[in-house]
Amino acid sequence: MTTVNPEIRILLFAAAAEIAGTDQLQLPLEHPTSTLSGQQLFAAITSACPELAELLPSCRLAVDGKFAALADEVPPQSELALIPPVSGG
Amino acid sequence: MTCAVTIELTTEPLDPSVLLQRIADPDCGAQLLFLGCTRKTTGDRTTDRLTYQAYDAMARAELQQLADQATAQWPLRHLALQHRLGVVAVGEASVAVAASSPHRRAVMEAVPWLMDRLKETVPIWKQETYSDGSTEWVHP
Repeated sequence: MTTVNPEIRILLFAAAAEIAGTDQLQLPLEHPTSTLSGQQLFAAITSACPELAELLPSCRLAVDGKFAALADEVPPQSELALIPPVSGG
Repeated sequence: MTCAVTIELTTEPLDPSVLLQRIADPDCGAQLLFLGCTRKTTGDRTTDRLTYQAYDAMARAELQQLADQATAQWPLRHLALQHRLGVVAVGEASVAVAASSPHRRAVMEAVPWLMDRLKETVPIWKQETYSDGSTEWVHP
């Protein structure tokens, strides 16, 4: 039997961390489900932290250190990170 | 032939002579070092310093992936990618790409390609601190 985690954690960086005032968000899931898409995750981020709504469309999602498409399912227990527009170099 | 690759994230100042030593090779007639440095002026604003943050594990993985792609595309013998994190003052280097190959075409193409791709894909962010004390995360 799989226990569904009713909360999901997402790492924040740079402008996202500054706006949210934290380097990680704990998101309560309204309808805990065994599958969650990147799109649903972004919607949950906006609900939990409306101040991020403006930045979010320019952000990418990373799942276990790899860029993921928003249409993809987010595997449970994966390391999630919100990736604002990068500006290295 | 395989390429010797080094990838580093560091808070220490980048050292060009160390990088040149890494890529030096009597079989490599072409040795190229690029340094990206904090620039004093952007438009009409004056930069006091840049501060870099990384999602460390993913940044290393993305840099490794770029190195793999570059070495698959060009006959590089040595490749060093370094990015500095934390405060980087005006004039100091935040990023270094050093590459060597027997002939120059490979490095003349690989180094700009690596810089372009690095700036698109690697999860590193820079925050400007302007001379008036204001700060902003750069949105390229």
